[in-house]
Amino acid sequence: MADLAIAPARDAAPEGAAQLRHARMLSVGARCALPVALLLGIGFLAPLVAIFGYAFATPRSFDVFTSFTLANFATLFDTTNTVWLSFFWSCGLALLTVAILAVVAYPIAYGLNLVFGRWSALISVFFVFPLFVSENVRLYGWVLFFIKNGVLDGTLKWLGLSGGPEVLYTPGITLFGMVYTYLPFMLFPMTLGLALVPRDLVDAARDLGAGRLFIWREIELPLAMPGILIGMLLTFVLAIGATAEAKILGGQSIIVISHDIEIAFTYSQNWPLGSALAVLVTFFIGALTLFALSKLDLDRMLGRR
Amino acid sequence: MGHKRTNAAIWTWTLFVLVAIYLPIVCGALASFNKSRYFGFPIKTYSTEWWQKTLDSIEIGMIVKTSISIALLVTVFSVVIATFGALAFARYEWKGRKLYQKLILLPIFFPQPVLGLAMLLGFNAVGIQTSWMTAVFAHMIWIVPVVTLVIAIQVYGFDPSLEEAAYDLGCSRTQVFREVTLPLLWPGIWSGMLFAFLLSWSNFPLSLYTTGADSTIPEWLYAKMVAGYTPMVPALGTMATLGAACLLLAGGLIGILLRRRAAA
Repeated sequence: MADLAIAPARDAAPEGAAQLRHARMLSVGARCALPVALLLGIGFLAPLVAIFGYAFATPRSFDVFTSFTLANFATLFDTTNTVWLSFFWSCGLALLTVAILAVVAYPIAYGLNLVFGRWSALISVFFVFPLFVSENVRLYGWVLFFIKNGVLDGTLKWLGLSGGPEVLYTPGITLFGMVYTYLPFMLFPMTLGLALVPRDLVDAARDLGAGRLFIWREIELPLAMPGILIGMLLTFVLAIGATAEAKILGGQSIIVISHDIEIAFTYSQNWPLGSALAVLVTFFIGALTLFALSKLDLDRMLGRR
Repeated sequence: MGHKRTNAAIWTWTLFVLVAIYLPIVCGALASFNKSRYFGFPIKTYSTEWWQKTLDSIEIGMIVKTSISIALLVTVFSVVIATFGALAFARYEWKGRKLYQKLILLPIFFPQPVLGLAMLLGFNAVGIQTSWMTAVFAHMIWIVPVVTLVIAIQVYGFDPSLEEAAYDLGCSRTQVFREVTLPLLWPGIWSGMLFAFLLSWSNFPLSLYTTGADSTIPEWLYAKMVAGYTPMVPALGTMATLGAACLLLAGGLIGILLRRRAAA
């Protein structure tokens, strides 16, 4: 940067330059956002419009944007349709996943912030790494673990016991798989959230004689809430859309909502019906996400001033 | 005293969860070294036969090549777009910023199988034939927002007055970007690159609908899991995992070096 010294000085008046720079900053921000906005406009918004268009097309046809009918929605809202059962399963499993993960991840998030010290970074990496292994591979590993004559069953028999429980291909193992897959999505927002709790505040409360439960309920939990909420929302939404767990571990003992959508698109070749279902799911998730996000200040969460 | 016991409990719990997380990966590795075609435990004869077969397979070679091509292109495009995206996210004050911060998260909060299907519909509606190249685009929709967040965290930690100082010394905007902004953001950009490559490498739901006739490693594994298991499935799965681990290790070490240099 040696050549900077001989660069010509700006001839604008100092306050004028500051104002000019401020005006330019506004547009620079928008211009930086432009590539992302374009990408998501074409790649995210446009497909949603296409799905929306298909949802109103004649059932079992490909006449997108040329026909208009509510028949697909009528089919879905028919109470005898099994999609409601799928939706019920998906929501129930997602809620349970969130509840279990909140309990599983909280101590770890606490530990990453306050207990592990210099080991925190390494432990975080160990929790991130599974995200880089396809979930198929990890879930299939559990199949090998739980299957008859698999790792668990074989080990127990080798020890002279009667063998492992038959848990594969049940709704319970599907839930287990979802808890397993979505742990990082709960853990990391929660860790960020707990990092927002000022330690002086906790110390002050302790000095004033507050009990641990009181401190946790009145200080730690409310202040960490933004992160915990993001974690819960993220896991809930991902769990609603989960299919691999129910297919690989659950052996299709239950059909989840995303699987119903896939079936409509693939086996039954009824794109309009699948689209209508996808539109409903999208609205459900979109409303939930936008509502939760509107309550959060992302600068504060990620900035860690 | 009670404090110490809580800490010990937290350590124990965390280690227990970590063991559970890596258990299935170890099971896969074990199965890949099993000589017989069908899995049974304890393993009677160990062999590297299936690893050899996997390495020799021409079909798998092509699939690996497809996976790498997709991941490389996704990395390059995503990081360029996300770097600017992160500056808009965290650096500049502008009118639509708060809204932009929220909208950019939507693809992350969207179920990937449905997103994949939606994109298939979109490609179909405009008459684009799906292939591995459309998968690059599909991966980006999900990966660019993630990478933007990763880089944004670095941007938050950076002091804008350094840029201001460079402007005051008469630098042009390109000079400031190349000489000040980029070097300061390098550690974050590097992490973003690692995330982009590895998330694309392991992605299944988006690939499933958008690769057309081409196939990636997770797709091939899934097809064989559902029908036609051979020990090549855990073998290739373990290889993909090891590849990701090596990349993360090497990338992490380079990242630490970059961070040291940025701090110096």
